[in-house]
Amino acid sequence: MAARQFSGKRPQNLGHTLRTLLSYLGRHKLLLLAVAALVTVSALANLLGTYMIRPVVNSLAGGDVRALTLGVAVTAGIYGLGALSSLGYTQIMVRAAQQVLRDIRRDLFDHLQTLPLQFFDTRRHGDVMSYFTNDVDTISDALNNSFAMVIQSFIQVAGTLTLLFLLNWRLSLVVAVCYGAMFGYIRFSGRRSKRYYTRQQAALGELDGYIEEMMAGQKVVKVFNHEAASLEAFREKNEALRRAGTGAQGYAATMVPAVVTISYINYAIVAVLGGIMAIRGTTDVGSLASYLVFVRQAALPINQFTQQSNFLLAALAGAERVFSVMERDGETDEGNTVLVNVKEEGGRLVPCPEKTGRWAWQGPDGSLTPLRGDVRFEHVDFGYEAGRPILKDISLYAEPGQKIAFVGSTGAGKTTITNLINRFYDVQGGRVIYDGIDVRDIKKDDLRRSLGIVLQDTHLFTGTIADNIRFGRLDATQEEIEAAARIASADSFIRRLPQGYDTPVTADGANLSQGQRQLIAIARAAVADPPVLILDEATSSIDTRTEALIEKGMDRLMEGRTVFVIAHRLSTVRNADAILVLEHGQVVERGSHEALLAQKGEYYQLYHGMFELS
Amino acid sequence: MTAVHDLKRLLGYLGPYRRDLVLGGLLVLVETAFELVIPVLMADIIDVGVAGRDVAFILRKGVQMGVCALLALVTGLLYARFAARAAYGWGASIRQAQFERIQRYAFSNLDRFETASLVTRMTTDVTVIQNAVNGGLRPLARAPVMLVLGVGLSMWMNARLAVIFLVCTPILAIILFCIVRRVGPMYGPLQRAVDRLNNVVQEGLTAIRAVKAFVRGDYEAEKFAAVNDELTDVSQLTFRTAVLNLPAFQLTMYTATVLLLWFGGNMILSGALQVGELTGVLSYVLQIMNSLMLISNVFLLLTRALASARRILEVLDEEVVLTSPEDGAAEVPDGSVDFEHVSFKYHAGAREYALSGVDLHIPAGQTVGILGGTGSAKTTLVQLIPRLYDATQGTVKVGGRDVREYDLHALRDAVGIVLQKNELFSGTVRENLQWGNPDASDKELWEACRAACADEFLARMPQGLDTDLGQGGVNVSGGQKQRLCIARTLLKRPKVLIFDDSTSAVDTATEASIRAALSALPGVTKLIIAQRVTSVMHTDQIVILDDGRVHAVGTHEELLRRDPIYQEIYASQMKGGGEDGSQAVQR
Repeated sequence: MAARQFSGKRPQNLGHTLRTLLSYLGRHKLLLLAVAALVTVSALANLLGTYMIRPVVNSLAGGDVRALTLGVAVTAGIYGLGALSSLGYTQIMVRAAQQVLRDIRRDLFDHLQTLPLQFFDTRRHGDVMSYFTNDVDTISDALNNSFAMVIQSFIQVAGTLTLLFLLNWRLSLVVAVCYGAMFGYIRFSGRRSKRYYTRQQAALGELDGYIEEMMAGQKVVKVFNHEAASLEAFREKNEALRRAGTGAQGYAATMVPAVVTISYINYAIVAVLGGIMAIRGTTDVGSLASYLVFVRQAALPINQFTQQSNFLLAALAGAERVFSVMERDGETDEGNTVLVNVKEEGGRLVPCPEKTGRWAWQGPDGSLTPLRGDVRFEHVDFGYEAGRPILKDISLYAEPGQKIAFVGSTGAGKTTITNLINRFYDVQGGRVIYDGIDVRDIKKDDLRRSLGIVLQDTHLFTGTIADNIRFGRLDATQEEIEAAARIASADSFIRRLPQGYDTPVTADGANLSQGQRQLIAIARAAVADPPVLILDEATSSIDTRTEALIEKGMDRLMEGRTVFVIAHRLSTVRNADAILVLEHGQVVERGSHEALLAQKGEYYQLYHGMFELS
Repeated sequence: MTAVHDLKRLLGYLGPYRRDLVLGGLLVLVETAFELVIPVLMADIIDVGVAGRDVAFILRKGVQMGVCALLALVTGLLYARFAARAAYGWGASIRQAQFERIQRYAFSNLDRFETASLVTRMTTDVTVIQNAVNGGLRPLARAPVMLVLGVGLSMWMNARLAVIFLVCTPILAIILFCIVRRVGPMYGPLQRAVDRLNNVVQEGLTAIRAVKAFVRGDYEAEKFAAVNDELTDVSQLTFRTAVLNLPAFQLTMYTATVLLLWFGGNMILSGALQVGELTGVLSYVLQIMNSLMLISNVFLLLTRALASARRILEVLDEEVVLTSPEDGAAEVPDGSVDFEHVSFKYHAGAREYALSGVDLHIPAGQTVGILGGTGSAKTTLVQLIPRLYDATQGTVKVGGRDVREYDLHALRDAVGIVLQKNELFSGTVRENLQWGNPDASDKELWEACRAACADEFLARMPQGLDTDLGQGGVNVSGGQKQRLCIARTLLKRPKVLIFDDSTSAVDTATEASIRAALSALPGVTKLIIAQRVTSVMHTDQIVILDDGRVHAVGTHEELLRRDPIYQEIYASQMKGGGEDGSQAVQR
C-alpha cells in the first residue's frame, strides 16, 4: 500500500530531503563542528606528513644527518597530532551520529502519534516499523561511516591537489582533468543509483509489512492450512526485494572499480610524463618520486568518497521515506476550549490547578461551562469513504447521567457514532454538541480525556497487568488499580495468576483469554474515572455470570455519568435510560426497554429474535 | 567455535549463489593482481627509464600500466555484479528459510517469540548479514593478498628496511584483534535493543485506537523515548569501541612511515639504498597497513553478522514441538470427536493444568454447545481438536482416530475453527475468503457469505467481493469481521466446525439465521463456544466447563433441571426479560 504511494511520488525533491537531514545535524552543531575541525587536522596532518617526505629525501642529497633528524622529528610530530585527532573525531562522531539518529526516531514516533487513524488504517504495521529500522538504519550507516569520511576526502582531495600544483603545476593539470572526470562520473552514476535505492527501500517496507502481518496472524495461517499460500506470496515479495537489492548494489558497486581505473590511468599518464620531464631535467627525481606517492595517495580519498557516496545515496532514499511520513499533516485540532479543574468560590466556579474532581470547559474567552456529559448529534452525516454514507442525518441526545444504549444489526453504524463523539473521525454534515459546545471547538486531547472508552478490540501492552490497567490513569496508585480491577471483576482472576498484578503480559496478552483481556480493559476505563463512558461491546467475550458480577461494579461506575453502551446482548442494555435502535445509519426507534417492547417495532423483533429462531 | 559453526550453517543457504560468491572472490584476486603490478611498473619508470634516459621504455611501461588498469576495470565491474547477486541472493534465501520454518511452527512455538522480534530477525538481521557480504567480500579476498604481497615485495626491494613491517604489522594485528574481541559480545545486546524498540512501535500501532482514546500519545512517546535512549546508549558503547580501529591503524601506519624515513634516510646517506627504493618501500606502507585495517573492518562486520546469525539460527533451530507424522492418515472418515482423559498445560513447567481429566464423546453430525466462565479453558479445549496444541495427557480423537495419527494438513482441512481473535488480512474480501478455499467460485463465495449472513452488507458495498478491507480489516465493523471469518471457515467445508465465541459481536437475529444455515449442513459436527444461552440451548448436548474440568453435560432441559451453574447462567440472561423471555423459551 505504502509502496504504491511511494513509487507514484517521483521525482522526489532530493535537495529538500538533504536539507531536512542537515537540519537534524544542525542540532548537534558543536559536536559536529568539533568533528569537522578534528577531521581537518587529521587530514591535513596526513597531507603534510606526506609532503615532508620530499624535504627529507632531498636533504639526503646534502648528506646532512641533522637535517634528516629534524625532518623525521617534524614528520613524527605531525603524524602524532593526526592520529590523536582521528581518535578524537571518531569518538565524537559516534556520539553525534547516535544522537541525531535518536532525534530522528523520536520525532518520527512523536509525529506518528499525531497522525489521523486513516493513516494507520491504510498501512501495514510492518511497513511503518520499517521506517524505524530499515530506513533509519540507512541514515545510521551513512552517519557512522560516511560523514567524517566525506569531509576528510574533500580536504584530502583539495589539499592534495594544492600540493600537487605546488610541486609541479604542469603535471597537475593532467591530475585535475582526471579528478574532474571522476566526479562527473560519480554524479551521473549516483543519480541512477539513488533511484535503485529508493526502490529497494520501498520493496523492503513492503516485505516487512507482509512479514509482520503474517507473523501476527500466524495462528490463522495454521488453522487454514494456508502455509503454502503464504509462502508463495512471501516468496514473490522476497524475490522483488532481492531483485531491487541486487540492482541497487550491483549498480552502485560498479562505481568503485570505475573510479579506481580512472585513478590508475591518471597515475600511468603522470608517471610517463613525469619520467620524460625528469629526463629533460624539468624536474628532479626526488620531486617526481614524492609527487608520484602523492598521486597514488590521492586515489585513496577518492575511492573512499565513491564508496561512501553509496551509503549517502542509500541514506537519502531512506531519509526520504522517513521525512515523507514526518511531513504528513497530523490530526486537525483547531479547538481551543480546554478542560480545567474547577472549585466553587462564593457560589461561582473558578479554575484551579489542584485536582478537585470537578471539571469545566474553559472557552477561549475564559468562560466556564461545567462538564456535565450532555451529548447531542444534530443532523449528522458521515461515511468512511466518499459515496458510502454510514450515518444519514442522525440526531440524538444523551442527557447528563443517562445510560444510552445503541442496538441494531451489524454495520448499522453504532461504533461509528462513538467514533464521532471522541473525534476519531470528523462529521461531514451537521454537528456533535458536547455540553453545548461543538466538539470541533474542543481541544482534542481534552475532549478525549473527558471520555472513557472500552473498545471492541482489546490490545494489551508488554508490561505487567498493573501497568496495563494504569494505562487508564498514569498516576493511579496500586490501591486504585486494585479497586478498579474489583469493579471489573478482574481482581479474582488476576490474583490467581502466578505473580498477581505483577504478572507480565506477553505478546498482546496471549496468556490471557479474550474475556480476561476485556475485564482488564474495563478496569482500565474504571481507573480513568471519566465523566462520560463509552462501552463498545465491552462485555461481548465475558460470560454472563461474570457479567452479572461486573454489573454491580459497572452500575457503580456508571453512576452519575453519561454512558453510551453498544451491545448485542440485550440483557446488557435492558436497564438503559434510553435505547436507540439503529438501522442503515438512521435512528429508527428510541425509548426505554418496556416502551420499545410495547411498541412492537424493530426492537421487539430484535429482542425476540434471540428466542424465536433456532 | 560455535560462532564459526553458525556462519558455516548459514553459508549452506547460499544455494545457487555459491557460484556467484566464489566467482566474486576470484575476480577480486585477479583485480588485485593487476593493481599490484602497477607500482612495480612505476618503480621501473623512475629507476630504469629516468636513470637510463630511455623515453621509449617509459612509454612502453606507461602503456602497460594503462592496460593493467583497464583489465582491473573489467574484473571490478564483473565483481560488482557477482557480489551483489551473492549478497542479496543469500539474504533472500535465509529470509525464506526462516519464513518456511515459522510456517511449520506449532502454536506453542509461536507463543515463545514476539511478533516484532520475528520481524526484526527476518529483516534487520538479514540486512546485517547482507551488508557483511557487500562490504566484506572484496576486502576479505583482497586484503590478505595485498598484505602478503606488500610485505613480500618490500622485502624483495630491501629486506633490511622491510623488517620494520615485520615488527609493526603484528603489533597492529594484536590491537585490532583486541578491539574485535571486545566489540563482538556487544552486538547481541544491540540487536535485542532493536527488538525492544520494534516491539514498542508495533504495540503502539496495533493499539493506536486505545492510545488515542486515552490520550496516551505522550505516554507512548515516553515509553518509546526509553527504548530509543537505550538503543542509543548501547549503540554508542558498541560503536565507540569499534571505531578505535581507525586511530590504531593510523598510529601504526605513521610509526612505520617515520621509522622507514629514519632508517631509510640513514641507509641512503651511507649509500646502501637508492632514493627510488625508499619511495617504493614507502608506498607499500599504506598498502600493508590499509589491508590490515580492511581486514579488521571485515572482522567487525563479521562479529556483527555473527550476532545476527545467532538470532536467525534461533528461529531456524526452534524445535517444532508438533509435527505431522510420516504417512499420516490422509482422510478423516467422519466428524466424531472424542476426548479421553485429556489433561493439558501450556508449558511443561506450568504449575496448574489448564484442562484436567476431560472425557467427552461427540458423535458425527451433532451440535454441541460449550459454556463456561471466563478463563474456564473453553478455547483451550477446542484448540486440541485441530492439533493447534497437543494434549499433555490422554488422547483426542477425531473420526475415531488419535489426532496425532493424521497428516496435519488433512486434519486441519477437516476441522474448521473460527478463532476468537478475528483476524483478517490486508487485501480484498475475496482474497480473504479464498483462504478457506482458493478455488472457490464467486457463487460459492456468495453462498458462504449468505450462510454467515455476510451477504447483505457485502451487497451494499459498491465493490462487493472486491472491497478492500484495509490493514487487518479495519474497514469493516467488529460484527462484519466475525461474519467474514465465519464465511471463510465455511468455505473449507470441514467435517468438524468449531465456533470459538464467534458470534459475540453479531446481533441475536443474525446469529439465529447463521445457526439456521449451519443446521443445514448435515453430517458436520458443530462445536459452539458461546456466552449466550440462546446460542446453545437448541444443541444436542451442552458442555459446561468450570476451571478446566467438565462440570456437566446434557441437553438444555436436563441441565436446566439439575445443574446449578447452568441455572444461574440461564437466570442471569433471562432475568428482567419478563414474561416475554420465558414465554418465548417455552414456545
